[in-house]
Amino acid sequence: MLSSEAEGPGLVLGAALGGERAALLMQSSGVGNCVNTFSILRNCAVPCVLLVTMRGEHADFNSWQVPMGTITESVLNLCGFQIYRIDGEAEVEPTVEAACRMAFTGGNFQVAILLSQRMVDRNKKGH
Amino acid sequence: MDRRKLVAELLEKRGGLLVITGIGSATYDVAACGDDARNFYIWSGLGCTPSVGLGLALARPDRRVAVITGDGDVLMALGSLATIGIKQPKNLSIVCLDNGHYSATGMQPSATSAGVDLAAAAAACQLRVEWADDLSRAAELRALLHSGEGPLFIHARVDADDQKRIIPSRDGPAIKQRFMQALWRRG
Repeated sequence: MLSSEAEGPGLVLGAALGGERAALLMQSSGVGNCVNTFSILRNCAVPCVLLVTMRGEHADFNSWQVPMGTITESVLNLCGFQIYRIDGEAEVEPTVEAACRMAFTGGNFQVAILLSQRMVDRNKKGH
Repeated sequence: MDRRKLVAELLEKRGGLLVITGIGSATYDVAACGDDARNFYIWSGLGCTPSVGLGLALARPDRRVAVITGDGDVLMALGSLATIGIKQPKNLSIVCLDNGHYSATGMQPSATSAGVDLAAAAAACQLRVEWADDLSRAAELRALLHSGEGPLFIHARVDADDQKRIIPSRDGPAIKQRFMQALWRRG
């Protein structure tokens, strides 16, 4: 558990230097916090798998999540990520496997998996 | 205190010590001691250096890791001090060369010039704090980098001067590979 998602890319780079693979889990709002630190992954060709739970895209009770939620995919694109989107539970396992294969089998790619808000209805009613 | 002299003393007889350097002056200070495969230089993402050190320290608990960086980097990374505090990596040290200024961008004063105390922040985040106000403690602090129980935060007040830039490689994949190979060779 990190204090800010912005710390995540640093940890992934440090782990890679020590020979470990790493994945980051964050909400779509956290992607905005990482824009600058994502640069170290590209600069050093460090593979990373990012799992992003989407907010502000489907029946979110909090409309303030919409501005960041709607630009999350574009931001990840600009940051150089390969992107997969998952809309249903059955896709989770094969997609995560494909993402890991893409990131960790030599290409050193940064891969993001967006988990649709349709899969999580907790936010319809508020917290 | 002259930052270059302190860093040179801390890196003397460094053995297996792994060093992550913060973007800007701290990188130049470490490079001034001689380029080395056990150094990893950060060239982007101000604020990420303590996290890189934490990631490496957790991945390699058998090795000693020192983050050498400036007050600007640590100010941006206050949250990561909390993360380090809760993980308590015994093999991680952060050396904060605090000159109270952003020397890379024209010597604008940082918050530490206005009294913000990074050592107190580190202590509040449950890091073990040591101070270096002059070179007299350098040998003692060097020993701590090698065998002190971390996470350590060494707060070093250094002169706000803009020293000659000693620029090591900026080829990220190359310095990553070199660093990893140095780790593999030593086990």
